[in-house]
Amino acid sequence: MSAHTAADFLDASVRNATPLLFAALGETVAERSGVINVGVEGAIIVGCLAGLAGATAFGPTVGLAIAGAAGLTIAAIFAVVAIALVADQIITGTAITMLGLGLTSTLYRVMYGDGGAALRTPTLAPIGIPLLSRIPLIGGALFDQPLPTYLAMLLVPAVWWTLYRTRFGLSLRATGENPAAARASGTSPRRMQTIGVLFGGLCGGLAGGTLVLAQVGTFAEGMSAGRGFVAIAIVALGRWHPVGVALAALVFGMASALQFLFQALDLKLPYQLFLALPYALTLVALAFATGRYRAPQSLGVRLTATD
Amino acid sequence: MNTLVNTRMNTRATLRAILEPLLAGVLALLVLCGLLAVSGYPVRDSLTALWQGAFGSWSVLASGTLVRATPLLFTGLAVAVAFRAGILNIGAEGQLLIGAAAATAVAVHLSPAFGVAGLLLALFAGVCCGGLWAAIAAVLRLRFGVLEVISTIMLNVIALNITGMLVRGPLQEPTHTFPQSALIDQALRLPRVIPGTRLHAGVVLAVVTALTIAWFLRATASGFRLRMTGANPPAAASAGKIDVARVTWLAFVASGAIAGLGGAVEVTGVTYALYENLSPGYGYTAIAVALLARLNPARAIGSAVIFGALEAGASAMQRDAQVPAGMVGVAEACVILVLVASEWIGPRAGKGGRLIRGGTPRPGPTTTAPAT
Repeated sequence: MSAHTAADFLDASVRNATPLLFAALGETVAERSGVINVGVEGAIIVGCLAGLAGATAFGPTVGLAIAGAAGLTIAAIFAVVAIALVADQIITGTAITMLGLGLTSTLYRVMYGDGGAALRTPTLAPIGIPLLSRIPLIGGALFDQPLPTYLAMLLVPAVWWTLYRTRFGLSLRATGENPAAARASGTSPRRMQTIGVLFGGLCGGLAGGTLVLAQVGTFAEGMSAGRGFVAIAIVALGRWHPVGVALAALVFGMASALQFLFQALDLKLPYQLFLALPYALTLVALAFATGRYRAPQSLGVRLTATD
Repeated sequence: MNTLVNTRMNTRATLRAILEPLLAGVLALLVLCGLLAVSGYPVRDSLTALWQGAFGSWSVLASGTLVRATPLLFTGLAVAVAFRAGILNIGAEGQLLIGAAAATAVAVHLSPAFGVAGLLLALFAGVCCGGLWAAIAAVLRLRFGVLEVISTIMLNVIALNITGMLVRGPLQEPTHTFPQSALIDQALRLPRVIPGTRLHAGVVLAVVTALTIAWFLRATASGFRLRMTGANPPAAASAGKIDVARVTWLAFVASGAIAGLGGAVEVTGVTYALYENLSPGYGYTAIAVALLARLNPARAIGSAVIFGALEAGASAMQRDAQVPAGMVGVAEACVILVLVASEWIGPRAGKGGRLIRGGTPRPGPTTTAPAT
């Protein structure tokens, strides 16, 4: 394997990891507040379409912001049903995903015609950081990336600091462990969980925006392709900690980049093998990660009326 | 006095059973109308196309609605059995695909001389492999404490890719041109029940399966253990001396087997070949089917017909009025949201009348200090 191929592989890994990192960081905050949101897949797909629409009208940077807003909006529906009305989180999340997939496929046809002709939007160009981007092997992968990748990288310490170094973060984590105790200490569990879910939706939308505006440059029905579910797996694999989550996201980015590496090495294997690989890897990883590292104590447990 | 109370409660339960699907249906219709209006489609014409496509004639009802309802009933039953046992199996989609692939693999390699025996063998292969596919998630949950919600979703994607690999590799049709399997021989197909329509014997099989499961849950000791396990696992274990892990294991595998049978029926009754996009999301719509039936297997028959009609109507709407069929997916999602939310709004709130125990953390093998 030449140095050139290796650098390309790392570059592809970071690129593939970026949407996963966004979605997984958002889900980390939601799960730390005690909510498992399977609807993050729905937030990603609405982010994709909103990103495309926003970018065609206002350019890619504004498009990214609109993508985040779209993810936030669909997460608000989840918050109303699962937190305000205390419905089952898993089923609500599944419905939100169906809603996102159905809504985007409908709106895409309505906005851009029946043929679903590939409408291309200009993508965000990589921004090379002087000097650092010239580092051999890893320079391109880490310091010559489009805007969303840098945003996601900065989000890791930001989430860490908020969760572990602020009073707000403490309250949020306390809610995820023991809502009754959090309430007794003056925190509103509902408020914390709502904030967690909305942040998760925002990040999911940004993940979708990244996918369209920094990678693919167009929209396709169902293009989120299960990334939301992979993100949930990444959170567990990263032990509900932002730094662990970042490393886990990179591992998954590498798994999907293997595809390009094997193509470059001219190995004749069915491409579905590479498409399925990250998912199989998730299962294996979860089998060995879930038991030893504990999820937030009250994850997925519905609040009672008094909370 | 006691009888009076009972009667009143039954009346209320019956009323609820009728009102809830009605409310969900009306809301789905309203959402659909809203979406149609906002997107600039003619509301009345589109809804007419939907109705005509679902119930317009006897032949449409049989070839469209009921043919669509059959896989939805199988997967809906799979979801209902799992949810009743407290297992959140979101993997009916993958289990259906694996069942379809297994049935196809058997059917295309058998001599047509096997006839009905060959057909039964193919269906049996679908049942077994669907169950095996679910068993992976069952092992992951029981042995490793992995949430089945996540594992079954992963297994769905893997199953889809396996199907894709099979129809381009080992199971590809003889000319190696199209991504599909060879056609299943006439002798190994499910017979048509109404001549001149596409309605096949699988619909009978589905209804029989539904009634059998309804009887099993209501009248057998094993069925009681399954319901107990789903309702309150600690109580089932301590008061009922029920081996919760064993019941969970069996219910999970049975759930997969039912979905697998659905896949096998689909290839031997409708498509006669394995395709990558065999299922337009039957395994996900199944959740709506099961919830609308309030996890009752007998009621799932009606619920499957409703969703079968919606999907058949949506195809007609897309064909005749050029309205994207994805809209119906939105309406389905709204139905699910209303049903899970109304569980809380209703009079039985907080009195243990919960539909599903889901959402409680699964016991992992070991727990140590928090990761932080």
